[in-house]
Amino acid sequence: MDNKRKYVIPGDVVTTGPFRPEQNVILDGNKIISTTIGISEIYDDSVRVIPLTGKYIPKINDLVIGKVISHSSLSWELDINSCYVGFLPAQDVFGRDFSAHADELTSKLKSGDLVAARIANFDRTRDPLVTISDRDLGKIDSGDLVKISPSKVPRLIGKRGSMIQMIEMATNAAVTIGQNGWVVVSCETPEGLLKAKKAIEMINEKAHVANLTDQVKEMLEIKEDES
Amino acid sequence: MGGRDATMVLLDENGIRCDGRKVDEPRRIMIRAGGLKNADGSAYIEFGDNKILVGVFGPRDVHPKHMSDTDTGILRVRYHMEPFSVGERKNPAPSRREIEISKVIKEALEPAVMLDKFPRTAVDVFIEVLQADGGTRCAALTAASVALADAGIPMRDMVAAIAAGKVADTVILDVNNEEDQAGQADMPIGYMPSLKKITLLQLDGVLTPEEYKKCVDVGVKGCELVYELQKKALHDKYFGKGDD
Repeated sequence: MDNKRKYVIPGDVVTTGPFRPEQNVILDGNKIISTTIGISEIYDDSVRVIPLTGKYIPKINDLVIGKVISHSSLSWELDINSCYVGFLPAQDVFGRDFSAHADELTSKLKSGDLVAARIANFDRTRDPLVTISDRDLGKIDSGDLVKISPSKVPRLIGKRGSMIQMIEMATNAAVTIGQNGWVVVSCETPEGLLKAKKAIEMINEKAHVANLTDQVKEMLEIKEDES
Repeated sequence: MGGRDATMVLLDENGIRCDGRKVDEPRRIMIRAGGLKNADGSAYIEFGDNKILVGVFGPRDVHPKHMSDTDTGILRVRYHMEPFSVGERKNPAPSRREIEISKVIKEALEPAVMLDKFPRTAVDVFIEVLQADGGTRCAALTAASVALADAGIPMRDMVAAIAAGKVADTVILDVNNEEDQAGQADMPIGYMPSLKKITLLQLDGVLTPEEYKKCVDVGVKGCELVYELQKKALHDKYFGKGDD
């Protein structure tokens, strides 16, 4: 780890000087103070803290996994593991000519269904608007749901997707990662499924360990020899 | 103001207090972050003979809905003493004192937490006093602040708290139960060490202006000691023991 990164807790001064405060930091005079537990990073002109704990806060364009909790005649409500519920309008699924009389919402999505969705709009004055009208989005028919801490999602993905690619290669599983910490794993072989789930849980528990990639690799390889 | 007639010597001629501490010495303090699986954040504190467990939930939906605020999140605090926390069984129903302390702790935490980031939500802090021995509000506030940080609620600073007081005409740090009962003054102080701001200051008793100033100084120094322990508790949980 280079010396620019530092472990911080709320109230710690990350740095002083002319930097732009980004995520999880506030400016107090010329001091930049962390507002959460995490790892601080200083770039050329900006400072941010990568959080190690906390709930998922929706961000526009994030891919999330949601669970349908209820619906009205015009929209569904999705549990997206956040303090807000995702709002999925019926037009998004049925198209422009949706009619509340003619179309039955439960014919497409029922309570308890899992969907891959994207946050279309969120401004904190209203619940986040989600959409499923895009490639790779929509109802998830098969696979196992694994819940991890949302702050550990970047670790699971790894640098340019290295970690998740490694898991997918080693187990032949398809992994869909929601930024909200919900992950769907599907695999043709039960062994691969179990192994992939175990790897994801391991990352969730050991996210702060430095050589995690090697440890996960080791774990995946050992199991391969046995089976 | 004399307080109650005490049979015990609160401060002997060598400047040693009834429990063997020096005038500016706090009790033994142990703080642990985390520990509760089902809460979003938690902390446990042992502050002398006080034992307090804190759980934090949120941000989450507000129930009842009418309590929610469209501009900001709200903070709700419940301070509760277990029936077995004191010598004689305490009725578990919230007493007048507990309702007041809940409010006081809530207001001491509010300057630190940045709830404006989560409008229409609530952050709930549940404080359970398992064993009480004077100064529970300070210990509870200290632990609540660690639990909030553990839950990942954005905070401007941690809040550390300790009581200063006056016993046998001497200003002391960290008032215990005997000193609280028989002493002359008790001043709980909540303090944000990095921002150098006081968030809680109460005073029970009579002090001269000089003693008042000294009490605040002693209390703030004590809070800085407590802050180091809060910091250590969070470092131990998140960054492993020992190394920074």
